[in-house]
Amino acid sequence: MSAELDWRPACAPAILRRRAELLAAVRRFFAGRDVLEVETPLLCHAAVTDPNLHAFTTRFLPPGAREGRALYLQTSPEFAMKRLLAAGSGSIYQICKAFRDEEAGRYHNPEFTLLEWYRVGFSLADLMDEIEDLFAAVRGGGDPLAAAERHAYSDLFERHLGIDPLTADIADFVGCAAVRGFHEAEALCGEDRGVWLDLLFSYFVQPHLGRGRVAFVYDYPACLPSLARKRPDDPRVVERVEVFLEGMELGNGFHELADAVEQEARFDADLAGRRARGAALPPKDGRLLAALRHGLPDCSGVAIGLDRWLMLLVGEEEIGGVLAFPVDRA
Amino acid sequence: MATVSTNEFKGGLKIMLDGDPYNMLENEFVKPGKGQAFNRVKLRNLKTGRVLERTFKSGDTFETADVVDTDMQYLYNDGERWHFMVVETFEQYEADAAAVADAAKWLKEQDVCQVTLYNNSPIGVIPPNFVELKIVETDPGVRGDTSGGGGKPATLETGAVVRVPLFIQTDEVIKVDTRKGEYVSRVGK
Repeated sequence: MSAELDWRPACAPAILRRRAELLAAVRRFFAGRDVLEVETPLLCHAAVTDPNLHAFTTRFLPPGAREGRALYLQTSPEFAMKRLLAAGSGSIYQICKAFRDEEAGRYHNPEFTLLEWYRVGFSLADLMDEIEDLFAAVRGGGDPLAAAERHAYSDLFERHLGIDPLTADIADFVGCAAVRGFHEAEALCGEDRGVWLDLLFSYFVQPHLGRGRVAFVYDYPACLPSLARKRPDDPRVVERVEVFLEGMELGNGFHELADAVEQEARFDADLAGRRARGAALPPKDGRLLAALRHGLPDCSGVAIGLDRWLMLLVGEEEIGGVLAFPVDRA
Repeated sequence: MATVSTNEFKGGLKIMLDGDPYNMLENEFVKPGKGQAFNRVKLRNLKTGRVLERTFKSGDTFETADVVDTDMQYLYNDGERWHFMVVETFEQYEADAAAVADAAKWLKEQDVCQVTLYNNSPIGVIPPNFVELKIVETDPGVRGDTSGGGGKPATLETGAVVRVPLFIQTDEVIKVDTRKGEYVSRVGK
């Protein structure tokens, strides 16, 4: 496409307006609940270590310096927000851009808008209630949404795929995929339980979720922990929730891990995984670990992709349709 | 041979898979939560026409297929093979029944078709969207009936059978949409 044609926005003016209304409604919602809006840096010295998230790196050249130092564009503001929580901010929210390299497609743009919030003293169940309230409040105008669906991960997996994700072995996964004609799954997933679970779930379970109402999936298997706490009464699962609407994944939330020792062990395990596959090795965020050692208040938090939510509100099929300038015309 | 990575996947890309050339119909980037990224693609085997769905790991690379679409004039059928020619160069190609497939019933000498070449031999033929063909046989209809309700079958000079309005008679030339196999209009006397 030439500059003469692609200087124009990709989306219609009505969609820009709808986006502004969505942001205003979200801010009204949190103002009404006394949750503080904050801003944290998008350029930080460290980045997430998740093996499958790739941060953009850039270089900062301080005035007069001969050599710059690496800074990472954040894949989500979570580390900095947790430092605010540890410093006593109380419940906070943020609407910001997040950046993820190696992601582009119908539901992915490398730069996107996240709504992330943390509630001090909230359990994961409390947080699900609040997410449901937010969706109902922002929907506006039309019929109020029906009550959200809530499913334990294992129940859902067993209902749609016929195997228990907590106890199944690799041979069970192979058989389960083969029955569905998904023969290349074995070569794609190998011996990695996490990849098996994600692939089978996203192909055979996710499309059924959240038809006409919000769906929550909670109690994720412990091999997919991210930054969630292990459930004290059942260490096979973690206190993680994902939010789905119309078969689309909109958010990921946790009863936040507050244990600095365990957090560092997860960083190390992530980095070992990244090293094994030749991925970049960002530094561990020592400031987050210091904040956790100081003490993170008991809290739950979630990140919601606002562009995807807007896609549903305006009936767009592709994320590019709700962005003024998606990456190919940015 | 050129290679492409999954990040270059898009509709219309021709790649080699298990030794056969495929045309990519759809590509979807799939990335669950914080999990591994995949590309889920729909492909058409250019030799058999069969459509299949496959998933690849993001970052995998593939050989591109040496497939080109070329406009050619249809010359004649020798009873076994169909002969085509590139008008500008007079270069001639022979296609077998598997390559011509369903296009055969619309092929009229001199018409320009799109011929798909793989390793320089035809593996597919797309007839023109509209062809003008003479009716060789149809039941006599009632003259003056222009309602067209229901219509009747008519056999065309190439052997194709289409439904035509009742007022259309044998020996008339009609215009047909080959994509739907439907009668469009009568062609001037």
